[in-house]
Amino acid sequence: MSQVLILVDSVGGQVSKSTGELATFGARLGSVTAVVFEPALAAQLNGFSIANVVVVTGVDTSKYSPAPVAEALAQLITAKSATALLVTSSARGKEIAGMVAVISNSGLITDAIDVDADRITTQSVFGGGTTVHSAVTTPTAVITMRSNSIEVVAGSGTPTQEEFAPTISEAAKLAVVNSTEPAVKGGRPELTEASIVVSGGRGTNGDFKPIEALADVLGAAVGASRAATDAGWYPHTHQVGQTGKTVSPQLYVACGISGAIQHRAGMQTSKLIVAVNKDPEAPIFELSDFGVVGDLFNVLPVATAAITAKKA
Amino acid sequence: MSGQVLDRAGVDAVLNDLDEYAVEEALRIVEAHSPTKEAGEGSGHTITLISMGPERATEAIRKALSMGADNAIHISDDALAGSDALATSLVLAKVISTEGFDLVICGTESTDARMSVVPAMLAQRLDWAALTFAGSVIVEPENSKVLIARSTEFGVENMSAAFPVVVSVNEKINEPRYPSFKGIMAAKKKTITAKSLSDLGIAASAVGASAAWSSVKDSLLRPARSSGIKVEDSGDGGNQLAAFLAEKRVI
Repeated sequence: MSQVLILVDSVGGQVSKSTGELATFGARLGSVTAVVFEPALAAQLNGFSIANVVVVTGVDTSKYSPAPVAEALAQLITAKSATALLVTSSARGKEIAGMVAVISNSGLITDAIDVDADRITTQSVFGGGTTVHSAVTTPTAVITMRSNSIEVVAGSGTPTQEEFAPTISEAAKLAVVNSTEPAVKGGRPELTEASIVVSGGRGTNGDFKPIEALADVLGAAVGASRAATDAGWYPHTHQVGQTGKTVSPQLYVACGISGAIQHRAGMQTSKLIVAVNKDPEAPIFELSDFGVVGDLFNVLPVATAAITAKKA
Repeated sequence: MSGQVLDRAGVDAVLNDLDEYAVEEALRIVEAHSPTKEAGEGSGHTITLISMGPERATEAIRKALSMGADNAIHISDDALAGSDALATSLVLAKVISTEGFDLVICGTESTDARMSVVPAMLAQRLDWAALTFAGSVIVEPENSKVLIARSTEFGVENMSAAFPVVVSVNEKINEPRYPSFKGIMAAKKKTITAKSLSDLGIAASAVGASAAWSSVKDSLLRPARSSGIKVEDSGDGGNQLAAFLAEKRVI
């Protein structure tokens, strides 16, 4: 059976949600080996389609990032004769994947939304306007998968566990991390991982309170258009769009966002799109499953109260 | 900083937005460490643009030169059409390793390909340090050292490395300048060195669409999203929104 590696991401010592998604995709291609760089994560990998866990030892990921991770993965590909390595499509994930592809002479596909048993990947390009199917022609395919692209299929049993000590080159240790400032978490899910995203734009006029209130009752992440982040109303890390993040949640709620092409590029593959905007001609309505023409400062508090009531 | 600063301008005919940030950052670094506080002749540093792309990329190169870069290398070859990130990084690494730069500054991603992996691949190929996704860059010439604040979804990492270094900058790092009239006039006299694959000693079979390690099977236009229900808010819009979400079982 083909061997497939997946790189386990973590946030604050917890395995990321995307791990289950990678395992689900990986199981289509073969037997899944999950690779962790923090030993504590190994215990959190029960209940997924993961046959084996490799704990990489002797790599200080807090000091050197991301080159040693790439070297370790490339060596594991050789050791396991893996036919595929799946990594989450984060900025860091793509970078690691690119380095692994160079070291192991493997073909690379980034931002895939699907992969089948024959390693044919599906990508959504040009802002979701075009779907591309590609095949990797090298013995190993390095593929980064976009979050929220698949329903996680639970696996049974406890994976076997082993340790792996890679040889890290001096070149991989040239760039040193001197200190880290973790992303400020407001108790909300991470933007690219969230199943629901509520975003605000120019129409908020700088007041994101109604956006945040709706997001919190939905358990959603908060996004923002470039107009809102450039005005300094919301941190740039929350920007959705061509020069910001690409999200593909189950539900995307656009509030006071006109829906410029650059914004659409970052959200139009969302499963369900809801828009609230004062302007009935706003282009965002062209791709919305449900639109409310009205002032977000009137509509959102009513919706938040109604959802709270329905949940109670 | 005794050597040269290099910048990779975009593969697009229009100077890629993200690469304007890279050009601007290179200019700022040189200006900060030049006795005359100006980039260009007399600064003691050279900013070279490297661009890989078709003939029409010259326009983008001229724009970056008019911003203040000193000269440019333009790699153009019909065999390069369809090159993937692996081939692009191979060609750029070859140019960089033969020219002897201290610092390579790249934009974070080209706006058409969204691969964002070329800078990391470049560092890997050159065996140089990769300082990527920089939201700020500080060069300490006395220590031959570069410090950046790397900004990703996990937070900010303050990183450093000694020359030579590949840096990629994000679009929050600066406000790119507009070329001045003087700059536009001066750019006309600056040298753009054309290089082909044979000049670089790279076989045409190593790059381009046929050498890519992944191949496109097919591509289809995604059906346009059709607009759904649209209601006018007359006090009840919020309730209708909540009812729609309940109907779709989102809540």
